[in-house]
Amino acid sequence: MALIEVEHLSKDFDVKDGSCIHAVHDVSFSIEQGEIFGVIGLSGAGKSTLVRCLNLLERPSSGSVRIDGRDIVQMNEAELRKERQRIGMIFQHFNLLMQRNVVDNVCFPMEIAGVRKKEARVKALSYLEDVGLTDKAKAYPVQLSGGQQQRVAIARVLASKPRILLCDEATSALDPQTTREVLTLLKKINKEYGITIVVITHAMSVIQEICGRVGVLEKGRLVEIGDVEEVFTNPQSKAAKRLLLTKQKEDLILEEEREQEQE
Amino acid sequence: MEFNSAVVTMLLEGTRDTLFMVIVSTFMGYVLGLPLGILLATSNIDGISPHPWLYRILDVIVNILRSIPFLILLIMIIPLTRFIVGKSYGSAATIVPLTIAAAPFIARMVESSLKEVDRGVIEAAQSMGASNWTIIWKVLVAEARTSLLVGVTIALGTILGYSAMAGTVGGGGLGDIAIRYGYYRYEFGIMVVTVVILVLLVQILQGIGMMLSRKIDRRRA
Repeated sequence: MALIEVEHLSKDFDVKDGSCIHAVHDVSFSIEQGEIFGVIGLSGAGKSTLVRCLNLLERPSSGSVRIDGRDIVQMNEAELRKERQRIGMIFQHFNLLMQRNVVDNVCFPMEIAGVRKKEARVKALSYLEDVGLTDKAKAYPVQLSGGQQQRVAIARVLASKPRILLCDEATSALDPQTTREVLTLLKKINKEYGITIVVITHAMSVIQEICGRVGVLEKGRLVEIGDVEEVFTNPQSKAAKRLLLTKQKEDLILEEEREQEQE
Repeated sequence: MEFNSAVVTMLLEGTRDTLFMVIVSTFMGYVLGLPLGILLATSNIDGISPHPWLYRILDVIVNILRSIPFLILLIMIIPLTRFIVGKSYGSAATIVPLTIAAAPFIARMVESSLKEVDRGVIEAAQSMGASNWTIIWKVLVAEARTSLLVGVTIALGTILGYSAMAGTVGGGGLGDIAIRYGYYRYEFGIMVVTVVILVLLVQILQGIGMMLSRKIDRRRA
């Protein structure tokens, strides 16, 4: 049995003028324990809506999301809260508590889980060590760079001992160098903690860097799914081909820039 | 009239009564207004627990209360004041109308402070499985604390102004002194002194409030 099984998932949004947007349309896929699974698509393809349906930040209009065989759509409030404690999430804008220092931010999920304060603090410090931020324990988020803030967010996720980590454009606000650092960290926690990771991004380089399998989303539909190499060397859908072309163009521009710098 | 010791004692007692009224009314105003403001912010359509009908009812109540001029509210609720305090004049009695005038005003300020909290941070807490209760106290109130404290400062200043108005109908405190001596007895000097004391009180409260709110704000590097 797969860890995450999504079946016929749809999410519609009512718009003010009376029409209806199908943000996600009849999407089905499954993710195995220990995988790093990517979802790629242009902006507006419904990626964020899709990932937010995996922890019910967004309630699907229809379909099911089974985690370990249990459909979270059918759960009541209390069951869902319990389940969410095992599904971590990191965001494009990090979303740390700005009035709390780093170590207290990492303690927050443990407060929710009812861990004793002293114990939580000790654990929080060890999670900060894992992400290489021990020296920033007493700092406030505003004093940190974007990359550091995202690492705090990752430590905060580790504190809830999740089985699954959802990354919603987690590196989109970061520069290439920092992006690489954060991705390396994600790979590390996937290996060391055995956390299954779902990565949502519009950047192919991110998928290539860490994902084993990828799904291509276009206008709310999953148009292609498979091993990253397979999809990127032999794309079947128009959307995947288009993404590949954009990527090649980007690489060309980067190369030109590098050449210019050398001159 | 000279500024003899009797006058000084009167002014000091007036200041004490005013501070007593203002602080107790603001506190009581928050006892009512803080939960009301939290309800407004959370039951709103984009709040953490949308209940549109509840929001609409609270919204209307708050608007009605806020649109009654304080002086009229003061007279309108005299029966209620008598019922609670036993009399309708003096500084203790004035706390009742002050609280009722302050609560909806405070609720609105609390609502707007809580709405400033970043939606993303609330979602992060939801994604960790936090209950609404936890989100209210540990995310909304904790993250908005600077803005909330600025609100307390504004509330104190406004209620101080209201308390002086209550002086016109025997409300006690400095406003009462200003009306009785300055207006009815043409003791211009005493009126000026009471006004100066009121101005100083506002300045001091404002200064302390702003200093504290800066001190507890961690969003600045």
